[in-house]
Amino acid sequence: MKALLKIATVALLASLPAAFITAQSAVIAPKIHKTAAGSARLQPPSMPRFRFENFTTANGLPDDHVFSVLVDGNRIWAATENGLGLYENGRWKTFGTKDGLAHRAVLSLALDKRTGDVWAGTMGGLSRISGGRIDTFNQLNSGLSNDVVYGVSIEGGHVWTATAAGASVLDLRTNQWSLYNERNTPMNEIWVYGVSATPSKVYYAVWGSGVLEYDQQKKTWDKYDDPDGETEMVLFKDQGLIHEITTSVSYMEKDHILWVATYFGDSRYDGRYWHNFLTKDSGLPSNFTNVIKGVDANHAWFGTDKGLAYYDGTNWAVYRPSLTTGKPEMTVRDRNGNVTPVEVTTAPAHNYVLGIDFQGSDIWVATAKGLSHGIHQP
Amino acid sequence: MISSSSISVRTAAVGVSLLACACLFASYTGSTTARASTPTGQTGEVLEYASPVELLYSLDRKQLYVLCQGGGEVRVLDSSTYAEIRRVPVGRAPRGLSLSPKGDRLYAANSWDDTLSVIDTRSLNVTATWPVSAEPSSVVSDRQGKYLYVANRISNDVAVLNAQTGSEEKRLAAGRGASYITPSPDGSKLYVTHVYPNPAPHRAAPDSEITVIDTARAVVADRIALLGIAHGFHIAFSADGRLGAAAGLHPRNLIPLAHVEHAGAFTDTLTLFGADIGTPVELPLDELERYSVRPFGVAITSDKSRIFVTCEGSEEVTVIDVPRLLRYVHAHPGSHANDLSASGNYVNARIPVGHDPRGVLLVKGGAQLLVANRLDDTISVIDTRTNKQTSTIPLAGPKQISVLRNGERTFYTARYSFQGQIGCANCHIDSTFDGLQWDLEPDGFGRDIVDNRPIEAIKDTEPYKWNGGNPNLPTECGPRTEKFFWRADNYDDLTLTDLVVYIRSLPPRPNRWRLPGGELTAAQERGKALFERGTDKFGKPIPEINRCNYCHSGPKGTNQKSFDVGTKKVTDDSGLLDTPQLINIAITGPYLHDGSAQTLEQIWTIFNPEDKHGRTNDLTKDELNDLIEYLRTR
Repeated sequence: MKALLKIATVALLASLPAAFITAQSAVIAPKIHKTAAGSARLQPPSMPRFRFENFTTANGLPDDHVFSVLVDGNRIWAATENGLGLYENGRWKTFGTKDGLAHRAVLSLALDKRTGDVWAGTMGGLSRISGGRIDTFNQLNSGLSNDVVYGVSIEGGHVWTATAAGASVLDLRTNQWSLYNERNTPMNEIWVYGVSATPSKVYYAVWGSGVLEYDQQKKTWDKYDDPDGETEMVLFKDQGLIHEITTSVSYMEKDHILWVATYFGDSRYDGRYWHNFLTKDSGLPSNFTNVIKGVDANHAWFGTDKGLAYYDGTNWAVYRPSLTTGKPEMTVRDRNGNVTPVEVTTAPAHNYVLGIDFQGSDIWVATAKGLSHGIHQP
Repeated sequence: MISSSSISVRTAAVGVSLLACACLFASYTGSTTARASTPTGQTGEVLEYASPVELLYSLDRKQLYVLCQGGGEVRVLDSSTYAEIRRVPVGRAPRGLSLSPKGDRLYAANSWDDTLSVIDTRSLNVTATWPVSAEPSSVVSDRQGKYLYVANRISNDVAVLNAQTGSEEKRLAAGRGASYITPSPDGSKLYVTHVYPNPAPHRAAPDSEITVIDTARAVVADRIALLGIAHGFHIAFSADGRLGAAAGLHPRNLIPLAHVEHAGAFTDTLTLFGADIGTPVELPLDELERYSVRPFGVAITSDKSRIFVTCEGSEEVTVIDVPRLLRYVHAHPGSHANDLSASGNYVNARIPVGHDPRGVLLVKGGAQLLVANRLDDTISVIDTRTNKQTSTIPLAGPKQISVLRNGERTFYTARYSFQGQIGCANCHIDSTFDGLQWDLEPDGFGRDIVDNRPIEAIKDTEPYKWNGGNPNLPTECGPRTEKFFWRADNYDDLTLTDLVVYIRSLPPRPNRWRLPGGELTAAQERGKALFERGTDKFGKPIPEINRCNYCHSGPKGTNQKSFDVGTKKVTDDSGLLDTPQLINIAITGPYLHDGSAQTLEQIWTIFNPEDKHGRTNDLTKDELNDLIEYLRTR
């Protein structure tokens, strides 16, 4: 086997321009391509480039630990460990419990695009920020199942939440709460981490119980599991979820595509076929993925513990401070696994990425040590 | 205007025994008909009065539209002769009226039908009836005629409807009791006021808000805080849009009523805002011994010289000199709601009008002010140069004053209270409740705080008071009111009879949580089973006294007995409390005798640690939610 690999590697090297040196086998790790002095530069695939402006407490962010970020037109909301930040007209404003926020630690954010209201899931309940007023729903004063609200998503007149004790749905017209848990869904665990709600389907990332799908028309639940059980091995590649510990879901309703993140790799599901992404065979910088955000059927962003990644259906780009030097770094991986560094002067504030949102062609990135605004570079 | 003296002379002739008979009879009739007291000029029949509440001109100013709550209709009058042209039936208890931008459609918000009536202004026929949300109280179109905005009093929101089809596009979160919408003069913003205070921590001063809607995006753009104001009514703008004035009611419910008898349990105020003002300020309309009780309708002359405010309880129009007002505002920054000497600086006149004056309309270039007198079936015509009522336009209808009508007038007027400060309707807004907790008795600061209980369908739920101390309504409305509220001579016996008959006649508002056919949803069915269960989840029998449906039995949800359900606070003298009725419990928060539970959930998640208020601590969160879903159907 080793001999075969060696032969293949030699053949591959022979087929490549001499200017490129493959550092490692593509099967094991990304191939880092370095440009030899005086040789012709092979252009990597064109991938979006950004100039990152980073916010921390030093320039007004409520707290450096940012769990989520939400773009609301020209306004940016930052869910931090110590308050909800609003960036508007170049200044940060902080909302805290004294303003009516359910808890200082804000975990998740969602925008009701119809009404302009912002919903914030916190460690102490769910808050609605509407026209400057904050209304709070918690497990004592409302039908919310649990105060730890990891995820929130708005669809029509419903607020779908992912909590530490199942899913709770608020009907804004009737104020009725519906709870979903192990008693009325195929949810084995009730630690629900993420939610993506659309008019046709609602998907939940359940930490330890795979992905739950709710069909809005049929009002039925379905479940997607790791075909090899709860092991951390991937015995059945592209046959289902990589792992039961799911952290984030993003459903592209128009394309009927579901993107799923776990701590052990990520997946794309088209309703029939699964495709898994692992560091060993994709440009994913780490299997440990906190957040996934689809753009469409073939494009998605990944927030991992080792940087921000973008996938365009073929190629990958990674944006981060270098894991070794801490200097800004961008790499592009092409379809053949060739990894090319791209010269950059800025990077997201930290490698531990927790939240992603888009502002036109710009990107906002919530990290464990600051919030980053990626300004798209033509 | 009907003189009160005729009523008092008439009613004084009949004694207490008749009162008792009236109550007894009414309790057995089972209807809203009262036939007990029929002195001269008064009838026990249930008569259909017009009860005008809002006035509106057609765009060409040739017709005057009068929204009449009593019969559920829009009366169309010739604006020069005031002769009736047509009556257009709409829905029950219409509360809001407005025109489309082109003037071709007239919209009426029918608060008890949860519908909008769309009237073609050429044919004067209803061309459509659109379902909307809970208790629509105001309707306004945007300038483009794209959206209709409907304020829903019970669902506390503003529905945004497609103006062509009536289909609901979305709902915007408003304040509690969203009721009146006023567009800014340029139409770019809508301002929404609310008749109930927003939820607040227990024993905190009540606050309301003006919800500001951006019509370009159809979203809530801002909320103007109305600090200390529990109940907001109409708003008016100056023609240049620089001055807004909102009528409001500012209660003093945190201190014992005994301590406010000389300074008002309420201040009747205007909140001023806009570019002329800067930071919004609240100013009193009252002065000592002259109170502008429950300001409702507001109009500002086009030259911005005067503001006219109808005052329901004091049955007058208060006239404000705007230049003097602005000078005062700028010379005395901040709000002055508690300074009853302030109004002398800007109140020009107080013009007596009819019973329960509501909507106002400036006409003839501001030379005249029309006032809809709801409980007189008249429109007062006021000469705005002389501040005199020059004539009264009678609306067609019964001329006799029925027992119910007299009782309703008694309920809404402030004339019986000390210095004419308040009326029943101050705490029972539109004959409902106020969402407030009061320190009624002179037993020390903060003792025996009581939540204001709703009075709809109150018939056959005696005794009254949270401690069950009043065996019947004549006691509640008679000596108790005299002692604790009016601090003045009370009604003569027959007036008290009429008042009691009126209150006993109040029907429940339609329940919005019940399905149209009366069947229950799955969650409601599960909740009903919990409400009626005799064993807990561990199979142990629940003592009868600790079952929901023991105390909350019967059609109104009370067995009319007192119990200690473990909710006594250190400030309470007793934990023994009358079992409250459950009628429309979903909308009458806060809950418990002192209003300490802001939501139904909190009754059990916080205030029932020992299962004294029903066996509930064995329930899961799902099950508690089901129980609450069922309670909402009551």
